[in-house]
Amino acid sequence: MELNTTYLGLQLRSPLVASASPLSERIDNIKRLEDAGAGAIVLYSLFEEQLRQEEQSLYHHLSANTDSHVEATSYFPKPWEFRVNSQGYLEHIRKAKSAVDLPIIASLNGTTPGNWVKFAKEIEQAGADALELNLYSLPTDIETPGAQIEQNDIDIVSAVCAAIQIPVAVKLSPFFSNMANMAKRFDTAGARGLVLFNRFYQPDIDLDTLEVRPNVLLSTPQAMRLPLRWIAILYGHVSLDFAATSGVHSGSDAMKLILAGANVTMMASALLKQGIDYVRTVERELLSWMERYEYESVAQVRGALSQIHCADPSAFERAQYMRALTNYPMGIAP
Amino acid sequence: MNRERTFATMDGNEAVARVAYKLSEVIAIYPITPSSAMGEWSDEWAAASQPNLWGTVPKVVEMQSEAGAAGAVHGALQAGSLTTTFTASQGLLLMIPNMYKIAGELTPTVFHVAARSLATQALSIFGDHSDVMATRATGWALLASASVQEAHDFALIAQAATLASRVPFLHFFDGFRTSHEINKIQLLDDADLKAMIDDELIAAHRVRALSPEHPVVRGTAHNPDTYFQARETVNPFYVACPGIVQQTMDKFAQITGRQYRLYEYYGAPDAERVIVLMGSGCETVQETVDALNARGERVGVLKVRLFHPFVAKSFIEAIPSTVKGIAVLDRTKEPGSIGEPLYMNCVTAIHEERFCCPSVIGGRYGLSSKEFTPAMVKAVFDNLAQEQPKNHFTVGIHDDVSGSSLDYDPAFSIEPDDTVRAVFYGLGSDGTVGANKNSIKIIGENTPNYAQGYFVIDSKKSGSMTVSHLRFGPNPIRAPYLIDKANFVACHQPGFLERYDVLQEAAPEGVFLLNSTYDQIDVWDHMPQRVQEQLISKRLRFFVIDASKVARASGMSGRINTVMQVCFFAISGVLPRSEAIAAIKASIEKTYAKKGEEVIAMNLKAVDNALDNLYEVRVPQQVTSSQSLLSPVPEYAPAFVRDVLGKMIARQGDLLPVSAIPIDGTYPSGTSQYEKRNLAEEIPVWDPEICIQCGKCAFVCPHAVIRIKAVEPAALVDVPASFKTVPARDIEWKDMQYTIQVSPEDCTGCGICVDVCPAKNKLALNLKALNLKPQAPIREQERANWEYFLRLPETDRGNIKVSSIRQQQVQQPLFEFSGACSGCGETPYIKLITQLFGDHTIIANATGCSSIYGGNLPTTPYTHNAQGRGPAWANSLFEDNAEFGFGIRVALDKQAEEARELVQLLAEDIGAELVNALLSADQRDEAGIYVQRERVALLKEKLAQLDTPEARRLTSFADTLVKRDVWIVGGDGWAYDIGFGGLDHVLASGRNVNVLVLDTEVYSNTGGQMSKSTPRGAVAKYAAGGKATAKKDLGLIAMSYGNVYVARVAMGARDEQTLRAFLEAEAYDGPSLIIAYSHCIAHGINMQTALKNHKAAVDSGQWLLYRYNPERAEQGENPLALDSRTPKLPLKDYLHMENRFRMLEMSKPEAAAVLFEEAQQDVNTRWALYEYLASRTISNGKEH
Repeated sequence: MELNTTYLGLQLRSPLVASASPLSERIDNIKRLEDAGAGAIVLYSLFEEQLRQEEQSLYHHLSANTDSHVEATSYFPKPWEFRVNSQGYLEHIRKAKSAVDLPIIASLNGTTPGNWVKFAKEIEQAGADALELNLYSLPTDIETPGAQIEQNDIDIVSAVCAAIQIPVAVKLSPFFSNMANMAKRFDTAGARGLVLFNRFYQPDIDLDTLEVRPNVLLSTPQAMRLPLRWIAILYGHVSLDFAATSGVHSGSDAMKLILAGANVTMMASALLKQGIDYVRTVERELLSWMERYEYESVAQVRGALSQIHCADPSAFERAQYMRALTNYPMGIAP
Repeated sequence: MNRERTFATMDGNEAVARVAYKLSEVIAIYPITPSSAMGEWSDEWAAASQPNLWGTVPKVVEMQSEAGAAGAVHGALQAGSLTTTFTASQGLLLMIPNMYKIAGELTPTVFHVAARSLATQALSIFGDHSDVMATRATGWALLASASVQEAHDFALIAQAATLASRVPFLHFFDGFRTSHEINKIQLLDDADLKAMIDDELIAAHRVRALSPEHPVVRGTAHNPDTYFQARETVNPFYVACPGIVQQTMDKFAQITGRQYRLYEYYGAPDAERVIVLMGSGCETVQETVDALNARGERVGVLKVRLFHPFVAKSFIEAIPSTVKGIAVLDRTKEPGSIGEPLYMNCVTAIHEERFCCPSVIGGRYGLSSKEFTPAMVKAVFDNLAQEQPKNHFTVGIHDDVSGSSLDYDPAFSIEPDDTVRAVFYGLGSDGTVGANKNSIKIIGENTPNYAQGYFVIDSKKSGSMTVSHLRFGPNPIRAPYLIDKANFVACHQPGFLERYDVLQEAAPEGVFLLNSTYDQIDVWDHMPQRVQEQLISKRLRFFVIDASKVARASGMSGRINTVMQVCFFAISGVLPRSEAIAAIKASIEKTYAKKGEEVIAMNLKAVDNALDNLYEVRVPQQVTSSQSLLSPVPEYAPAFVRDVLGKMIARQGDLLPVSAIPIDGTYPSGTSQYEKRNLAEEIPVWDPEICIQCGKCAFVCPHAVIRIKAVEPAALVDVPASFKTVPARDIEWKDMQYTIQVSPEDCTGCGICVDVCPAKNKLALNLKALNLKPQAPIREQERANWEYFLRLPETDRGNIKVSSIRQQQVQQPLFEFSGACSGCGETPYIKLITQLFGDHTIIANATGCSSIYGGNLPTTPYTHNAQGRGPAWANSLFEDNAEFGFGIRVALDKQAEEARELVQLLAEDIGAELVNALLSADQRDEAGIYVQRERVALLKEKLAQLDTPEARRLTSFADTLVKRDVWIVGGDGWAYDIGFGGLDHVLASGRNVNVLVLDTEVYSNTGGQMSKSTPRGAVAKYAAGGKATAKKDLGLIAMSYGNVYVARVAMGARDEQTLRAFLEAEAYDGPSLIIAYSHCIAHGINMQTALKNHKAAVDSGQWLLYRYNPERAEQGENPLALDSRTPKLPLKDYLHMENRFRMLEMSKPEAAAVLFEEAQQDVNTRWALYEYLASRTISNGKEH
């Protein structure tokens, strides 16, 4: 059976891809992911905002209290080179590339327009096989209309795609008025794939300390329903590849998403919980399902149950309430 | 040589370190002001793998003390390495024993010394030659440099000469005045160094080294038959040495064009009056000589470079034969001597050489960096011109006790017209000094101009004022004294205008730049009278900018440095404006390239914004203000505070006469209350409705500005309208009123109290029982409330349960308003001691932060209660504090013992009942101490009736019958390193002393150098590559004695455990040791939320909480109570909270990954060990 697949023009040995997570911060993990059979690895994100904060914090701590006391003109050693810019990340790409043979997809979350392009070029030069643009922000400005936010996103993608040669995927949140239209616009802007969907930090309230504590919730298998729907709907309507992320916890989850039209399925939560070797388990489940249903290759599976290929295309568009009312053929008298 | 020479601007420490590093293979270092930076540079260059002259990276090793450094140097020299060290003051004293050895063994080496005062009646970190002169007998060559350029050059000359002569060299330059002055110098390059250093002499040094290949014995013991002769064997080397030095100087001149001489005369060839001196003062005298000779006088200066070995012949030859009077100036004092050392040498030389027949007088100047100005030089020359000049004079002070001082005319000035002189007033935190250092670099390194900078920073650690003195001009600047005729004055902090006469130094027609929130129209109406007067009378141009606003708009809140720097360049005319702005921008890009683009962008934005917001003010013709300068202390302050300390606060301390100063270093306590510094922009405001009366805010307040009282309602009369009280919640205080009051003018605004407050406003959870609010609008109201609060009676100490923070915190702190950093992590522990035990405590304080904020003038924080009792405090040294406290304990014990003996001896006269009560008193608690004090008072009354020697003797120490605590306080540098040997001995002694180690895990006071307490992976000075070894476990070492009470505490993690440890330690009748986690600005943390770092340190297992009480072992219980829970927080989460760890990750991620992993392993193994120790079944040794 052929597990291999293509994604963003890259040939992958398997549709099981490690998505951006702390796991990829260490080169030995990247090697273990390759050994476990991952098809590709998306590195943790280069967060411009974090870089900026780190720069500012470093600047603050190195300059605070200097020349304030006659005996101590400073409190830290002076001539230091700091990897406060993208250097550390780029170095990590280079190390990952030299450590493994499988494709390395870098991930970028920018904040300022110029830096999206600048970092993208640096990432390309560092040797990444592809770039995932992580459009990861929560618009909260009450004055900014949705259309403007959408246009900003499109502009970023256009600019990056025009600037670099390696393929670009766009990782999105599902919170657009019309996801399908956005997908088409990203396609036009030059993206080669969509990664559906991003997971935000969510605020929580600690009832003991009465404090708000934002943190990231690891995904549960239920979360895969959202990408499942949108991949199925978009499949065949745009020339984009699809990576399904969120809620891929088992071979059957992965299979469902591929049936819906995903080129690859990405895992983070499951690997963080179960360990890197869990990739092997998922692959075994995948193969066993294909064997049972006599599929020869992933290519055969892909999109077989997308909206355009399924018996009831409207199933992907229905909401639960409608589904209950129309759970028998319409127009046929009882 | 015609090679192109590189010029650079740097201070004396860097200028010396550059050469010393290049010429060394081993460098042993230890921090001490003002020499620490030489060690810091060496460590940083080594961490960056910079090679020495021979292409290898020197080994830089930090030792546990200067004595240790000297020992290591001695060893390294014996092994044949080129070795150096850097030190000053007490550090040099600690090196003296080894200096005798090194010289006795004719071993070539150079020690570079930033010469500094010695601790006598007081410590001083500032410059004079007292330390160097204390080494006169060691047999070292003493070579003095007088400027930054000379210090750079002499570092090389000394090394070349020591190799050739085999006499070790002490190269010294004036602490601060040269070590910290930035000046433009011509750099020596490797080719110069190579040309000067003879490799064969190095080879000879190696041949003399210890080696089993050709073994020798060195360091033998002699007997009366030969020791004397052996001492005389070295004479030829001392005879040859000066000639070698001169030859070396001549060779240096051939290479660099700069000619130096052992005794260098400058001035009129036919001079009649000559001043002889060493060090930076030479520069001042030289410039004054030029000025006086230009007026037709015939004067000169003889600069002494080589003080030892002193060559009388060369010295005399250097003096013009026309001379009639010589004044020898010494920058040291030797009380009781016939004269100071240089004077004595001069007199002896004249006598021995039969030099006929000038009169010679000696005088002292410049002690502890006292200003030495052309006016003072002129006074010395004028004195020489007298028929009977004053001998053994002083200059620069007003000695109204011994009449030694010379009068001088402060108006006398020789500043050249072509020099731009600028004075800047700033706050330590606003970046003024940093910006000025940058301006010097821009001008000194980008234009042909010369530049000089010197920075006066006061010794408060919070809200310190900085005054920068900058000179720029076309000629080399030889002016090692402060500017008093400034063409440009900038005041970066508008608040200074109402407190100091900032335009005093402004020269007529100069420029005044003010940072103010008022614009060019309104600002005039907000100027004090004195400022307006001078603006008009001196015809100053006046510019104003709202720098804080511009900085904020550029994203650089609080850092107004770049903004003000731009304004300086824009209006001072020191460089063409566009050229200057381009240079600033280029400098920003270069300076911050290592720190990231964001920082560059912010600064560049600030440059442009500054120019757009700078306005010239039209100065009116008339003074309109009647506002006078604020009084430095309130009218009601005691006379000494008003007349003496107040002058120091007002920056007028130089004017105090000798008679005003206490004769033996004794000062009254309780003076910080009079120095209202008004540092806080925001202060905490109490919301009594929300407050749960837990007392935590007062517990953690570093400056003792949050106070609590529980009072009887009847005491609340004439209550100010805004004064707040609520019924006390404690059952024991039923019917009493509870109040929390903040001292608005003493608060530094750190906000730790707000962070720690656990009580939240249920309707708006962002509000607590304490909330920060702007100080200015409530200052007056809260000042009245504070004064009212102070008048309320203290809560009866008998009615306070001290084991609970909520009650204990009403105890009056007897340590208040110190000069510690805002948010200091040490001071709350000290305050706690004074609350609990202050009225019967003597504190021995090791030198360091706690001795500086505890004892640095003008005002000091230790105070007394209404009965006049409070901690008696003293600082001996850095290295001996445990022994010092121990000595106090032994003396008190002995006095108490004899008192008891005498009580028994006089039992009949005293009466049996009182005798029994006195001798069997139980003083374990406050009540017991109170009653014993009553008894002692009664005893004294009875003794007064007895006219016997025994009665009089008993009277003199009857007070020791009342319990006395001895607290030995210091930092980790003392306890873990320099003072460890003594501490260990004192702990082993079994004596009842209490030791508090304020553990900041670095030498905080000298700027954050590594100690053995520094945790693995932390970046510190002297550990620029991250500390590679684990923190020493001082507690475990102390526990090994078995009879030492040991506790580790972190007030922000478990405050009740902290309190308990202090109570138990004090109660334990034997040695006790408390190691207290003390957050510090040297950690690179948010000081407001620093207690979260305590918690994370404990939760991660990095800092274990425990109490080891030997009394439990006696009961057969395990003495160790582990108060920490199993570590649950990954160590990395804690490390990431602090820049000292983070910066290693950002600079050396690979090293950080390894060290952090090892640090986690440290945590794991330490926990396993302590868990085991705490769970063991203990035998008390009595059963078998």
